[in-house]
Order: sequence, then C-alpha cells, then structure tokens
Amino acid sequence: MRLDIRKTYKLFIGGKFPRSESGRVYPVADSKGEFLANVAMASRKDARDAVVAARAAQSGWAGATAYNRGQVLYRIAEMLEGRREQFVAEIRALTGKSDRQANQEVDAAIDSWVWHAGWTDKIDAVAGNMNPVAGPFFNISTLQATGVVAAFAPQDSALLGLVNTIAPAIVSGNAIVVVSSGSLPLPAITLTEVLATSDLPGGVVNVLTGKEAEIAPWLASHQDVNAIDLEGTSNFVELEIQAAQNLKRVIRKGDFARLGSKGSLNHITNLMEVKTVWHPKGH
Amino acid sequence: MFEYAPAPESQALVNFKDSYGHFIDGKFLKPGKTYQTINPANEKVLADITYGTEKDVDLAVKAARHAYEKVWSKLPGAERGKYLYRIARIIQERARELAVAETLNNGKPIKETRDVDIPLVAAWFFYYAGWADKLDYAGLGPNPQALGVAAQVIPWNFPLMMLAWKIAPALAAGNTVVLKPAETTPLTALLFAEICQQAELPDGVVNIVTGFGDTGAALVGHKDVNKVAFTGSTEVGRIIARQVAGTNKKVTLELGGKAANIVFDDAPLDQAVEGIINGIFFNQGHVCCAGSRLLVQESIQDELLKKLQRRMESLRLGDPMDKNTDIGAINSKAQLKKIEALVKQGEKEGAERWSPACVIPKNGFYFAPTLMLGVSPANTVAREEIFGPVLSVMTFRTPQEAVTKANNTEFGLSAGIWTEKGSRILKLADQLNAGVVWANTFNQFDPTSPFGGFKESGYGREGGKQGLAAYLKGGY
Repeated sequence: MRLDIRKTYKLFIGGKFPRSESGRVYPVADSKGEFLANVAMASRKDARDAVVAARAAQSGWAGATAYNRGQVLYRIAEMLEGRREQFVAEIRALTGKSDRQANQEVDAAIDSWVWHAGWTDKIDAVAGNMNPVAGPFFNISTLQATGVVAAFAPQDSALLGLVNTIAPAIVSGNAIVVVSSGSLPLPAITLTEVLATSDLPGGVVNVLTGKEAEIAPWLASHQDVNAIDLEGTSNFVELEIQAAQNLKRVIRKGDFARLGSKGSLNHITNLMEVKTVWHPKGH
Repeated sequence: MFEYAPAPESQALVNFKDSYGHFIDGKFLKPGKTYQTINPANEKVLADITYGTEKDVDLAVKAARHAYEKVWSKLPGAERGKYLYRIARIIQERARELAVAETLNNGKPIKETRDVDIPLVAAWFFYYAGWADKLDYAGLGPNPQALGVAAQVIPWNFPLMMLAWKIAPALAAGNTVVLKPAETTPLTALLFAEICQQAELPDGVVNIVTGFGDTGAALVGHKDVNKVAFTGSTEVGRIIARQVAGTNKKVTLELGGKAANIVFDDAPLDQAVEGIINGIFFNQGHVCCAGSRLLVQESIQDELLKKLQRRMESLRLGDPMDKNTDIGAINSKAQLKKIEALVKQGEKEGAERWSPACVIPKNGFYFAPTLMLGVSPANTVAREEIFGPVLSVMTFRTPQEAVTKANNTEFGLSAGIWTEKGSRILKLADQLNAGVVWANTFNQFDPTSPFGGFKESGYGREGGKQGLAAYLKGGY
C-alpha cells in the first residue's frame, strides 16, 4: 500500500509560490461540508508584496509585443487544456457540479483565454484612431495598459469567474493582484501552476487566497495600484471611497459579466488609458 | 523691445444684464440670493449672479429629466444634430461678443479668447453635431443609448470652452444637462443660455445653475443624475469620486497636471523656446495641461535658458482687452495668493526665482512670468500644480533619466518632447505616462482629438469618439 501525496496550497506572488508571511491557513470544505484542504490565508503584507511584484513586472509585460502577449495568453489556454482533469475534479469537489457541468466550466475558461489572446494586437485597430485635427498635425490615439490592477474574483465561481477577471486585465499589459473566491480557492491555485508554466513573466499575475474582506481595504487604499475591480467584494461602497484617494479606475460590482466563454472589449478598455500623440507636419 | 500703441478691443461689444438668475427649463429665473462677479483685470463688478441652492439644483435636474423623457430622447439623432449645428453657427456669429465677454470675466488676453477659446467652442459643437445621427458607429454596438441627465461642473480657466467640451458630446449622445459654471466666471455660460434660446433648443435640454462649490456638490450628489462630468482640481476630483461611490453614476474627471516639457540637445531651440513659452504662459498658466516643469538636457541648459529669458523679456503683461497683450490677469485674488505662496515656498526650498522687468498694473490681479531655477525634484514647485505663469526648470542627462523624471509625479495629463530625432519621440511617447503627448509642439487642442489624463489627473476622455462614448451606455 502506498500513501498518496497531497498538495500544499500556497499563494502565487512574483512567479513564486510562497506561504503567507503570516503563517496562517484556513480549511476549505467540499460541497458536502467535509474538510478538503488547508489553504494559505493571505495577510496585508502578502497583498503589499504582491503589489510590489506586480509593479516590477508591469512595464516589461506592457513592453512585450502584442504578438508575444497573444502567444503567452494562448499558451495559458493550452496548459489549461492539458490539466483539464485536475480542474474538473477540483470544481466538482468544491461545488458538487456534475462531470458535464464542470467540464463545461473548464471549456468556457479555456475558450475565454483564447478569445482574449486574439485581442492583444487588435485593441488599437478597433478602439484607437487617427484624428483629423484642423491643422498641420499628425495626431493618433492609442490605448495602453493603466498599470497595476487589484481585483476580486467573483465569490461564487471556482474557475471561470477568476479567468474572466484576470484575462481582461493582463491582455493589454496590466499586471494584476487578484484575490480568489474565498470558499472556492483550489482551482485558483491550480491555475497559478498553469500560469507559471505558460511563459507568463513572474509578477504579471499574483494570486492571493484568504478573506476578501480582510485584504480588500489594503488594496483599495494602496497608493501604487492604478485600478480596482470590485466584483468579488462585499463592502464595495467603502472600498470605492478608499480607491478615490489616488483616483483609481474603478470597476464596480456587476459592471461586466464573468461567466461567459468570451469577455467584452469594453471590460478590456476600461483598464486602459487613451494616449494621444501630436506632431507637426512640415518639411 | 518694440513699443506698441494701445490697441484695446471695444467693451461695448457685450452687454451684461445687471443681475442673472439661473437658466432652467428654457427660461431665466428671477435672481435669488446673489454675489458679484468681477473683471479680474480691474476688479470692477460686471454683474450680480445667483448663488444656487439645493432647491435650485433640484428644479434644474427635474427640468432636465422631464426634457430627457418627453422630448430629447425621442428626437431622431439627425434632429438633435441640427440643433447643435445651429448652436455652432450662432456661436460663430456672436464670436466677437463672446470673446470680449470671456476676456472681461476671466482676465485672459483677448487675442486668446478671439483666436483660441471661441473658435474651439464653435468647432466642438460643429464636430459633435455630426455624431448625433452616427452613434451606431461609435464602436459600442448598434443603437447605443444615452445615459439620461448629466451633471456637469466646470472650472474658470476656459469657461466657455469647458462648457462646450461638456455640453456638445452630452447632447449629441442624447442626454440632457445641468451645468454649473465656476463661481468666478459664470457670464459666458449665461450668454450661452441665450444662444440656446436663439437656437430654439427645447426647454430643459440645457440648464445652467450658477453658484459655488456647495452648489456643485448638490448637483453631483443629486439622486436623479446619471452622469457626472467634472473638470477642476484633483482635490475636488477626489471628493467627487467619494461622493459617487456605490451609485450607478458614470464619471469623467479632468483634473490637475504637472506636465514635463522635455528638451533634448538636438531640438530646434528657437521653436522649443516658443513651445516652452506657449506651454507655460498661455492663459497665464491657468491650464491643467501646462508644461510647468521644463526638463532640459544638461549640455544645452545655458544656451536654452538665455534664449528663454530673452523671449520672456518681450512678453507683454497687462490689460487683457489690449490686442497686443500676451499675459493677462490672474483670474482671482485667491488664485493670485496661492501662486505667490507656492513660489515663496519654492524659494524657501532652494529654488532661485527669476522674472523679467515687468510693470504690474495697479488694479486687478497680475503675476509676472516667472522661472524657478535649480529646482530639485523634491521641491514643492516641482511637485504641486501652481496653475500660474511659473516654470520650474530641471535638467537631465539621458533619455531614460528624462522619462523617469517626467513620470515622477502623481499626475499624468500631458507631456512635451522637443527633439529632431523621430525614433526618440516615438519611444518616449510610449514611455511617458500622460494622456496627451505633444512632440515639437505644445498646447494643441481639437474636438477630434481625445484629451484626458493618467493616474491622478483623472479618468475618461473628452474629444473624439472617446469623448462621445463617455456619454453613452456601454462606453468607457
């Protein structure tokens, strides 16, 4: 007889898998309420470390070619496909979904990565423009990532909601610190293993597990975070007030659907900045 | 320096009433509790203006809601567009009067209101008029819907231009508006109300409520507005962002700036000097996107500063109504005091202050064009928006250092680059965290061109397709 090897569920910060600096874990139960695993409970220090890692990674990721970013996102879809069984098993254990339902969720998550992968080099073609100004000037508006995004994945979705929170942020070159669903965190952690093997530079995606209500105020008030996605938060009014301190771009709860096999361009551009460049025309 | 004979524009071109009430539901109401609005160039009273209350705001929002539900949202886009074209034409017809009115109430030189402000106001309405029946092409899918009632609060630095930036896209997209002009510069907004009457714009589509900050707060906080658009200080922008938290109100904020104007050693220096002058002394530096930090490559610092100082000596400060005036009046005593305090603070922190010899008129509010030399990056005048004719000078050695210094600010509205090297412009334009980058030019504006900032300079854009989307459902 051989004892199976269980996984230690840790955080994902700067491309590494640390435990919470606080040393805390919390038990996660399956759909029947039975103990499933201990998961790291991220602290405010972990959240701050994640922002530092995201900031360090952001300019390099935004500076990669759109073609390159597209290939990395497509690679995530490939890796996810390869680990399908693991995600299906975790979704089923956590939510009690049938095999078919769990497979449908994984299908949608993979398809959404593919959908987003194709956008990297088309955003400017659709949302940017030349501007025919009334004077002898070349004038062009392009979109670029806003910077570091703090996000809270929907609480009631184990994988798909998380994917549709991360992908629209990083497709354009943002780095993200995302807090997973508190009660359904296992696929989030498995997803980080997919991300770590997809040529995604460390720090572009940082995943924290723990209590949303505990971590959220530290991210909402963080001065080096440019945008905040409040989808999975409970105390969203207070968080939006805290986010105003440095005028973070705010995605309010319910602004965008998260459970489809496609995202929306509007979601992507909400985490981008329009930049307009002028130059005189002359000899 | 050449001597010019006085060339004053005629004040008789404009006739203000003694007192003004709010413009609500197509009519001017009787004045309520009033305050005086003055000409900052000589401190003479121009008119009595109503100090709007919460009740006034409520009345205006109700009129806007009624007009939205009953009239404006039912009108085909083509017809909405025709009203905007009419307004654009009337602005062109009354351009000279509007320019004089703006200069009298704001203090900016008549050559600017005549050649920049008012032509852009007309252009803004003309441009957005054409969008009204083309919303399907805004990039938001078929038949995008208006938001409803827009609450708009604007600043005193470009009073009528800011009104145009707010009202033209809002109406084109099918919204109705309640607009509050700045307390010190309400007069051209009230003349615009007359223009709405002349254009026979349906009652309640545009409502103007005058007053102070609390009037604006009541408007922004009104339960029945769907959109908030604000241009002004970052400080007030934060208050508004807190005020709308937890609502469904869509928000556009155009806030402060501390733009770097970066000059490389290969730049055409005479052109760069003109760009620097325009960047910081246009409109007395009361410009959120003003190039208030000069970053000059160390090797050309002496030569550039010599040219810049010589050029500053030829600037004419004085009567804004004189067609030869380059630098007019500071808009208010409060603003003048703020500029003076910040410059003193900058000196205390080690900067050296320089201004050309310059006669300051006895009455009115004036501040000489000023350089702050030897400014360290931590100096208050390198970090805080002064909103006056004050340029902080710093140096850099490498392009990377220029980018780092330029981005070393909470703001991100605009930036300038001066170099003959095209590849350097394109690389820097990518790296600068600013919503508008002017290369070998500065302070250019056009209705087709989106304007707005990164970071604490606010969010959303005005101008272009993006400025239209800000007033449509599903837009960013």
